[in-house]
Amino acid sequence: MTLSAYIEGVGLLGPGLSGWAASLPILAGTQRYQPGRTVLPLPALLPAAERRRCGAIVKLSLATGLEAIDAARLDAAKLPSVFTSSGGDGENCHAICEMLASGDRQISPTRFHNSVHNIAAGYWAIATASMATASVLCAYDGSFGAGLLEAMAQAVVDRTHVVLMACDTPYPDPIDSVRHIPDAFGVALVLAPQRGDHALARISIGLTGTQSDRNDDEALEALRRSVPAARALPLLCCIAQRRQANLVLDYLEHTNLAVDIAPC
Amino acid sequence: MNPLWLSHFTSTSSIGRGIGPTLAALQEGRAGLAPCEFDGVDLAAFIGKVADVDEVALPSRLAEHDCRNNRLALMALSQDDFSETVHAAIENYGAHRIGLFIGTSTSGILQTELAYRRRDPVTGALPADFHYATTQNTYSVADFVQKYFGLKGPAATVSSACSSSAKVFASAGRMLRAGLIDAALVGGVDSLCQTTLYGFNSLGLVSEQACRPFDVERNGLSIGEAAAFAMLEHTPDNLDENSVLLLGLGESSDAYHMSSPHPDGLGARMAMESALEMAELKPGQIDYINLHGTATPSNDAVEGAAIQALFGSATPCSSTKGATGHALGAAGALEADICALALQNDLLPAGLNSRRIDPQLDIAYLLSNRHQPVARVLSNSFGFGGTNISLILGRASAV
Repeated sequence: MTLSAYIEGVGLLGPGLSGWAASLPILAGTQRYQPGRTVLPLPALLPAAERRRCGAIVKLSLATGLEAIDAARLDAAKLPSVFTSSGGDGENCHAICEMLASGDRQISPTRFHNSVHNIAAGYWAIATASMATASVLCAYDGSFGAGLLEAMAQAVVDRTHVVLMACDTPYPDPIDSVRHIPDAFGVALVLAPQRGDHALARISIGLTGTQSDRNDDEALEALRRSVPAARALPLLCCIAQRRQANLVLDYLEHTNLAVDIAPC
Repeated sequence: MNPLWLSHFTSTSSIGRGIGPTLAALQEGRAGLAPCEFDGVDLAAFIGKVADVDEVALPSRLAEHDCRNNRLALMALSQDDFSETVHAAIENYGAHRIGLFIGTSTSGILQTELAYRRRDPVTGALPADFHYATTQNTYSVADFVQKYFGLKGPAATVSSACSSSAKVFASAGRMLRAGLIDAALVGGVDSLCQTTLYGFNSLGLVSEQACRPFDVERNGLSIGEAAAFAMLEHTPDNLDENSVLLLGLGESSDAYHMSSPHPDGLGARMAMESALEMAELKPGQIDYINLHGTATPSNDAVEGAAIQALFGSATPCSSTKGATGHALGAAGALEADICALALQNDLLPAGLNSRRIDPQLDIAYLLSNRHQPVARVLSNSFGFGGTNISLILGRASAV
């Protein structure tokens, strides 16, 4: 059983990857990948109060999601969304746990409402005025796979455009020592149920027990393995190279995603 | 849409371990709320705590998953022959054809809270027996359930705060319709922790007494914990008329504020409207509404207004959170199970603790149990970040 849809827009931010357009030569293999630090833009769409309160995962989701939707020439306010991440706001989680372990357990209201796993989805809806459905998932290292499968199911079953945002950000110490994510990485995909004017590629996915594919480039492979959302990289490289390919992407221990990708 | 079949379900909360005790508590109007005695918390609050969670032992092969949330999950899975049902489904469909979608808001964060109290005084390091991936991480509970049963199909944790375990029905339904799976184990598990107790307290949303949804004097929620599960399958041709079906669901976002609902209840209304649309039903065909009904002043006001606008003042409704407390990420699945019990037992459960319904909220809030045939019910779940979902369940005889 496979699900098929069309990719109409991509958003990307990561270490040394500053947007989808800027990253195309790197992913296409014509420019050498230089790892750097991820630069997160301020979310201009959010009201000033929310902009001050939001953490890295919100900035990352907003930036990548909007880049993908702009490319697809769609209105974010009407688009169902799927958010997937291995964790929420790591800095905020650490601050709450530290306070609760101290004598003063009176955490602040903002700290608390920023602790939910769906923090990016909440700020996204506020920023884009989208009242469409938002699905928020986690599957640890397989979070990108879980999100892609959910978004594909929405596109196919609900016959709708949908935006997928897969984002991960680091924890500070001491959680960093037990869950090391070296830097922020986010990818967004706009999926369409039918081929439209802005289609970049046709994608079909199914489930497989086969081992996942690696990136040929050593540095990109290191990135793919170190951040859950970066498990998307083999797919992004194929889209950038405008190459027809059969890929296997990481998902769960016993189940990976078999992906057919073909340029439009 | 074609209805989906809840072929089996079970729930464990402060009012009962398993379906039998849960139904008995509903019939007797018995609440599970008590003054807060949990992990040294010094708040004037009532909580819905499940007894003996600490006594549950995980299988040794899954020892690294040991935390209150997964113990509560295992306690619930051990009731009502639910585990046997999962094994039978594996026999029937194959482990790779069963999806797994579990809602939680805080997962095993209590384990991290405890670990932070035992950090190395010199290095600040967490204790060596703390296992982040299998306890704190949001995926922990789905990972635990998947490994416990040996499931090999699609799996994810859904985590959209207090709507999480109602949203699992949406994800599972899409996968079933897409043909990726033949059955789905869905559910929700959330357990007590200091993050939510002190967090809701910081927002001024915790009542110092047992919560009183829709009461004119309501002044906040009571936090509870629960684990509730259901098997969701395609509807077979010949079903017992007492079987429970998922007839429709509707989802929306508030796009308003992280922790306050849309003041006009627009998101709530959109969710209920699209659930009715998917089920191809009119508001008058709904026999009972299980309210989100957290008992905070603004949440109940907004939900009441949305229901009044869509259903008028005649549809019987209640919030069972007066009995169970607000089980947060487990509330959606718990209340879906309670709705299933209502359908199968001709019971409209009363809202407990409330005495005088807010005269501003012109809805038919049930202050005592009502016994009558129940064909179709709607259950609301609204979460922080403004994620809303309404489920419509019905008896097979009503389709």
